[in-house]
Amino acid sequence: MAKDALMDYDKALELFEPVLGFEVHVELNTKTKMFSHAPNDFGSDANTNVTPVCLGLPGALPVVNEQAVRYSISLGLALGCSIAPSSRFARKNYFYPDLAKNYQISQYDEPIAFGGSVDVELPNGRLVTVSIERAHMEEDAGKLTHVGGSTGRIQGAEYSLVDYNRAGVPLVEIVTDIIYGAEADAPELAKAYVSTIRDIVVSLGISDAKMERGNLRCDANISLRPRTPEGQPPAPLGTRTETKNVNSLRSVERAIRYEIQRQAAILADGGTIIQETRHWHEDTGRTSAGRPKSDADDYRYFPEPDLLPVQPSAELIEELRAALPEPPAERRRRLKAEWGFTDLEFQDVVNGGLLVEITETVAAGASPAAARKWWTGEISRIANLNGVEASALVSAQDVAAVAALVEAGTLNDKLARQVLEGVIAGEGSPQEVVDSRGLAVVSDDGALIAAIDDALASQPDVLAKIRDGKVQAAGAVIGAVMKAMRGQADAARVRELVLERAAG
Amino acid sequence: MSEISEEQVAHLANLARIALTPQEISSLTTELDQIVDSIAKVQQVATPDVPATSHPVPLSNVFRPDVVGETLTIEQALQNAPEHDDNRFRVSAILGEEQ
Repeated sequence: MAKDALMDYDKALELFEPVLGFEVHVELNTKTKMFSHAPNDFGSDANTNVTPVCLGLPGALPVVNEQAVRYSISLGLALGCSIAPSSRFARKNYFYPDLAKNYQISQYDEPIAFGGSVDVELPNGRLVTVSIERAHMEEDAGKLTHVGGSTGRIQGAEYSLVDYNRAGVPLVEIVTDIIYGAEADAPELAKAYVSTIRDIVVSLGISDAKMERGNLRCDANISLRPRTPEGQPPAPLGTRTETKNVNSLRSVERAIRYEIQRQAAILADGGTIIQETRHWHEDTGRTSAGRPKSDADDYRYFPEPDLLPVQPSAELIEELRAALPEPPAERRRRLKAEWGFTDLEFQDVVNGGLLVEITETVAAGASPAAARKWWTGEISRIANLNGVEASALVSAQDVAAVAALVEAGTLNDKLARQVLEGVIAGEGSPQEVVDSRGLAVVSDDGALIAAIDDALASQPDVLAKIRDGKVQAAGAVIGAVMKAMRGQADAARVRELVLERAAG
Repeated sequence: MSEISEEQVAHLANLARIALTPQEISSLTTELDQIVDSIAKVQQVATPDVPATSHPVPLSNVFRPDVVGETLTIEQALQNAPEHDDNRFRVSAILGEEQ
């Protein structure tokens, strides 16, 4: 892959205004698929969650999942959208083996929800209202594995293997209006927007929303337009690219920054941007060219003859509206107060996209302070090191279990970090890691006293100082004891015992 | 008057992955043009107060409860596949991408 020329980010912003648009796909966590009673399960054996509908076999008839419709309406309402009194499905025709029918059932001219908005808070405190053009229902496609070639990517692959378990999983696609005025905050806005959508779908309980599993996927549209001198009309919109395969909050931000720098370098050099999809590569932090973007005409959309219109009653819409959880901004204010975090601490959590994780960890029994400490500390550190999302590393239940072990005095902080490391490495539950690595603190005073007496005997000068009232001298003895215990002791208890023995 | 051009037919054939000879493109262009003309007659009758109809049956909201039902076995799922490998359908590599 040839390396793209990149313009310095600040320079790019001086010359051009970034114009954004997002398409976020949300996989719904219904029990069954959108149009078939096959299970909607992640991680089953290949091609076991399929019916004739999923495989597009002749004569198979799709039937709409009522729960998926209810979830879609709830999501539409939470996005401030109007719900269409009548909406219908359409066939989007294309040839690619990720769907066996050679078309995707989607919605085109009559989406279920339209015309909403979402308030997004940026790390610098700026509040941006993103308008939502529409949210429509559709089905997910199957999963392809490319075999052969050197990289496992499609270029150079000899053949592909298809698993249709995901084909037909219910999706809602949320499409924003064109977003102007993001300016230098464009990458942060992209991340904050996706994070806000994630918070909304999690609080609605309609999606597992794990980006690393593809439950939530973002396609980011971006174009640049040259700045014009004040008083002159703005330049026309530039040609846009659509970056796909962006599977973490972190990548959303990086991909936008990259595309701004790449497009600016091309435009400043007198080149033109090609309207195309770009693939984000997490490993290299770059995008590469995909296919030229088809016009909507080329999909030859037409009304799906196998499905009838969806016409939700006003009663149903009001029932779902009444059941909506509090809006994200209110929820944040409430959580911040409940958890007792400072502005800085809370901002740290929000910027890390960790609201959901901490909520779940607190629900699993941890104190808010402990949940925050582990998620924004050690777990985020390991996640950054490996370029993955913190939520992908460890479950909220496991973090709560580690916090409980610390609370009970079984672990100190240092040991707890080792336990987390073991859990992340797949060594089992926190308790299993404690057992297998032998990590619990020594709570047997007898063993501690023996080590303390040894340390005091070998450092008589320190003993003398402590007896003279120079209590801070005890540090040397505590250090020696912790070392003898291989760190597996409660330092506070050791200190108590050292002072006791020294006095004795 | 010609509504349909040979370029449009060639483009559609490409989208539909149907290989057409120049002769076929030419004859299909004529035929499609006649079809478009015939359909156009409907527009003469369809005044703005007649809503567009996508379904002739006046039904809506036909739903299925979200309950898991029977699925195919792996053998059934793969039995019509020209090639399969590791319980998955094997297809030739196509330069393209997921939608």
